[in-house]
Amino acid sequence: MSAATAVAGLPVRTSGSLPSIVRAELLKLGRRPATWVLLGLWPALQLVFSLLIPYISYRRGSSFEGIPPEQVLATTLPDRLVGNALSGLPLFGGALLLTLGALLAGSEYGWGTLKTLLAQGPRRTTVLAGQVLALLTVLAGTVAFSLALTAGASALIAGAEGAPADWPGLGELARGFGGGLLVAATWGVLGMLLGTALRGTALAIGLGLVWVLAVESLVVNVAAPLLEVFDTLQRALPGVNAGSLVAALAGGTVRTPGVVAVVDGAQAAWVLGAFLAGAIALTGLLLVRRDLS
Amino acid sequence: MTTAPETVGRPTGPAPTVPATPVAEPVVVTDRLTKRYGKRTVVDALSLEVRRGEVFGFLGPNGAGKTTTLRMLLGLVRPTSGSATVLGRPAGTSVAEVGALVEGPGLYPYLSGRDNLRVLARYAGVGAGRIDAVLDTVDLTDRAGDRFGTYSLGMKQRLGIAAALLKDPALVVLDEPTNGLDPAGISEVRGLLRRLAGEGRTVVLSSHLLGEVEHLCDRVAVVASGRLLVESTVEDLRGLGRLVVDARPLDTAAAVAVRLLGPDRVSVVDGALHLQTSPGETAAVNRALVLADVDVTGLRQEARTLEEVFLQLTDGDADLPPDAAPARRTRRGDR
Repeated sequence: MSAATAVAGLPVRTSGSLPSIVRAELLKLGRRPATWVLLGLWPALQLVFSLLIPYISYRRGSSFEGIPPEQVLATTLPDRLVGNALSGLPLFGGALLLTLGALLAGSEYGWGTLKTLLAQGPRRTTVLAGQVLALLTVLAGTVAFSLALTAGASALIAGAEGAPADWPGLGELARGFGGGLLVAATWGVLGMLLGTALRGTALAIGLGLVWVLAVESLVVNVAAPLLEVFDTLQRALPGVNAGSLVAALAGGTVRTPGVVAVVDGAQAAWVLGAFLAGAIALTGLLLVRRDLS
Repeated sequence: MTTAPETVGRPTGPAPTVPATPVAEPVVVTDRLTKRYGKRTVVDALSLEVRRGEVFGFLGPNGAGKTTTLRMLLGLVRPTSGSATVLGRPAGTSVAEVGALVEGPGLYPYLSGRDNLRVLARYAGVGAGRIDAVLDTVDLTDRAGDRFGTYSLGMKQRLGIAAALLKDPALVVLDEPTNGLDPAGISEVRGLLRRLAGEGRTVVLSSHLLGEVEHLCDRVAVVASGRLLVESTVEDLRGLGRLVVDARPLDTAAAVAVRLLGPDRVSVVDGALHLQTSPGETAAVNRALVLADVDVTGLRQEARTLEEVFLQLTDGDADLPPDAAPARRTRRGDR
């Protein structure tokens, strides 16, 4: 509480600090079933498509996507940890995290809770900062969990098959974690921007999913090969840059849809950083300038 | 059929003086506060004042601009022009000291009542100890662990009020706290409002329950179409009650009444004396008439309710004489 005194003679109360607001947001996220469903689904799908299905294919002695069985086993081993843990992030992981961001921001309008939060006295920018920091915290936890889950499964496979367990170095792991968090945060905050701009969840999620799963795919696979303007345009798309960054982090061939090195890793990281910063700024602008009626 | 009232006699004697009472400092002041959405003016040059420690009723029909005004006081909506100060500072900068429930309780359906308050306490910078206190105040301790989404409407409103009280605010703004409630829910909220008023907080209450406003509020403002129609104490707004006297001979009775009350408070309507009196004056009127050998065959006190005044004001006839209110209600009933 501040020691300042109001004109009316009452001591000036201040609202909660940023760390306190982050804790409030973490409580909301932690208690919300949708958070666990969306954040749990990505590592689970990642595990199934990166390790489980290829390993079953190897065990049955059949080739997987044209790769001979012995090479399939190699794709599941610990040295491929970063690629195997993150390859789903640009496409289906991105769709799930965009949905989470849209739910986080959009439902505040649907439930009328934003006015309740603001009525406690914090500045609007502080509310946004608290929500973004809480989202980054859970996304960091999820990226770390995906890495740990994939590491554990790869170690089991390597142990079971007597294959070498060559783990990536700490630097590679740190770059993988940072890059994964950047991709995850970009999708999550873009979801928040949609939820705030559209003041709700349904349309925000619908439009976001159409963009991630359809529009970008059409631009990359249909329009870009035909028209140069789209070939240039695709280099500025968040999904394309997310795929390029993960491809660069994976360091080898990743056969997951959406993971294609259209631009180099550094450029992809800058573009995603710009999307992240731009989405936060635009969300803040909408939040600060608009009436809450 | 009701005929127009006929004033009797002329003023005599000095006007009664009202003892001066100290006026508490204002905690909410709006000065020509205006909000427009496009060409639509929702709040139109609203100037009013809420004083410390009073329970202030904010009345008006749906769409009158009450909620928009309250949102401007809380900084949720920006005024188009004009200004507002709350607790001595520009509106929106003192929200941390105001407890508010605006347009229903906006809380998280998947969180328990206690967790909702925990989230808000962290936003408000309030210690967790206040949570139990406000849950106790609204009598929700037993259901605090249940999800908000499972609460009845009355419980939701009570939790919304609990949220408004978390900061132990000096000023509480409650917008339609009884909206959508059944009689039991209204009764629950009514009890709470009485407790808040009893604790000496400044309360700004927007409500359609005019009976509650009438009994709880010290002063009221009536708005319609975004404009302030009147700001006054409840007593002044209702004016004096009406004593209807059936007496014979009528002219003698009227003369006695004029001598007793003054000509401004006496009129003859449909062969009966209509006297503007307080309930305490009834016996004196009766005694004076009997002493003057007037046969009193009927004597009934008719107090104007706030509802009558409200309907009169918001129907665009704010300048009707006090006696016209019941007639207007009759006409409305005939439609």
